[in-house]
Amino acid sequence: MAPSLRRSREVNQSHGPERSAQWPFFFLSSETAWEPISEIRRAKRRVDSQIMPANRFNGFTEYGVGIGLRVPHYNHILDKKPVVDWFEIISENFMIDGGRPLHVLDQILDQYRVVQHGVSMYFGSVEPLNRDHLRRLKALVRRTNTPWLSDHLCWGSVDGCYSHDLLPMPYTFEAAATTAQKIREARDFLEVPVIVENVSSYAEFHASGMTEWQFLTEVVERADCGILLDVNNIYVSSRNHSFDPFEYVNSVPHERVAQIHIAGHSKFEKYILDTHDHPVIDPVWNLYARAIERSGPTATLLEWDDRIPSFDEVHDEALKANRYVAERVVA
Amino acid sequence: MDLDHIQRSMFDAIRQPLTAGEGMRQRTRDGKSLKTIANEIIKPNDRLTSFERLEIYNRQYWFRILAALSEDFPGLRAIVGERRFEKLAVAYLLDCPSRSFTLRNLGSRLETWLRAHPEYIATFEPIALDMVRLEWAEIEAFDEASKPSLTEAELPGLGPDPKFVLQPHVRLLDLGYPVDDFLIRVRREEEVDIVSNAVSERVRSSARGRRLPKPERIFLTVHRASNSVYFKRIDKAAYAILCALREGKNLSDAVDAVDWGDQTPQEAAANLQQWFAYWSAQGWFCQETEV
Repeated sequence: MAPSLRRSREVNQSHGPERSAQWPFFFLSSETAWEPISEIRRAKRRVDSQIMPANRFNGFTEYGVGIGLRVPHYNHILDKKPVVDWFEIISENFMIDGGRPLHVLDQILDQYRVVQHGVSMYFGSVEPLNRDHLRRLKALVRRTNTPWLSDHLCWGSVDGCYSHDLLPMPYTFEAAATTAQKIREARDFLEVPVIVENVSSYAEFHASGMTEWQFLTEVVERADCGILLDVNNIYVSSRNHSFDPFEYVNSVPHERVAQIHIAGHSKFEKYILDTHDHPVIDPVWNLYARAIERSGPTATLLEWDDRIPSFDEVHDEALKANRYVAERVVA
Repeated sequence: MDLDHIQRSMFDAIRQPLTAGEGMRQRTRDGKSLKTIANEIIKPNDRLTSFERLEIYNRQYWFRILAALSEDFPGLRAIVGERRFEKLAVAYLLDCPSRSFTLRNLGSRLETWLRAHPEYIATFEPIALDMVRLEWAEIEAFDEASKPSLTEAELPGLGPDPKFVLQPHVRLLDLGYPVDDFLIRVRREEEVDIVSNAVSERVRSSARGRRLPKPERIFLTVHRASNSVYFKRIDKAAYAILCALREGKNLSDAVDAVDWGDQTPQEAAANLQQWFAYWSAQGWFCQETEV
């Protein structure tokens, strides 16, 4: 019997690590450090209850800083059991019937909190939602018990053909109505809060009659859903379309922000591409700081999808978010 | 301009094949000006024309799906060569665009398409088709369902002439070339190349220098064990029995349908016992009806 050498990583059984009780860590001052753990946790909960945006859009959860669950890190996570607040998974990678991906996911679920993030629901496409997709997604929702589920504010399919890209929306009331209706349908079917993420874009449409942030607001209010605010995407689009990214962050309905994405990108001569293959740059961190100033410390996720470095490097980059949280809350 | 029109125009544009220089072509395949389409729907900015902005999406579309197909079919790529594979892939994806929310299914129609377009694998046709069948079977075996295996204690409950149901992840192939060994070799070489950080150049050179296997009929199962995919060569009679069981035949019908060649009844009985013991140990039989 010959192993086929299909590229999938070996994983080992492991025992559950403790989940992080450290986030946000900033109030664990030297004065409180001697307190019994239970006292510290109670104090943490009191502070959290004042500042955390646990809301109906993120299932009233209080998540900290997570990272994306990626294949090159499987062994490290299952062997070393690092303390991580939560992992985000790409739903489509696990909407299958069996095999290693689900086996690994089940082990991760034994030990960590997992949130689902989708890339192909295409709320903005004119065509109806794919029922097979929804059924498979719901099965995964039941498996992961994700407190909320995200996908993108974009379109990507026509007549059942898929682009596998996150294509930008024309910012019109017609598009907002179509998109909001499909978000409602998905939420009703999936029975879990659905939030939508702003995408990076490289084109604007003549048909657009409003700004992107006005469109985002229009959609989420019509759908009555939450926002996954990707501050890197805001930065990328602001450079590609010459708008002020702070105006964007300042304009979104902050009470609907249920999660934040941070990431790196690549600069080209005439535009910026959202590649998720670099550390987060300072201007994006500054947008992040402003976002949490408005929304409070929100579940934050670092995306690193290409040229993925070691687990520790990715996690350390993500944990920088805590500095900004500390600064803003102290301020 | 309504949403439907914008989406159709843009989708049609980004699906147009790239030029040799990996840029957006001037006209669609049915002769429409892509510059006109871009100008109609997309605003220019101070750095990029409407055409150039649309081109970013056109390039992304092709880079993504070509990379996915290439990753799924390294064996076919090694047989026909890099350039020919890319031509084949573009033509296939134009005729058979993705109809699934997942890129996993991108190659699901490749074998059928190649049979209808043998010119893309001319001079390699039989071995290339065998390889595509093997590589697609491997994709299916990787993440198809695995149902609870039939236990020894459950066997009496199946009756005197049972129907054995095969696990959904078990795939059965009748091949004219030993492409299993060839694919394993290709993978090993590519693994080495990837570690060396010089993927593209090395893969190309190894594809050129690699000797293709000679014709040899083999019967193969592609299956999953402990979450890894395995290839297992089996006897022709064993293959016939497994195929019959997959078709839903009873054990006696499956065995009767086999051409045992010059095997004596005693030899055949011994083989049967050995095969069923192995298949059961591998957990290839399950209780439920296949979906």
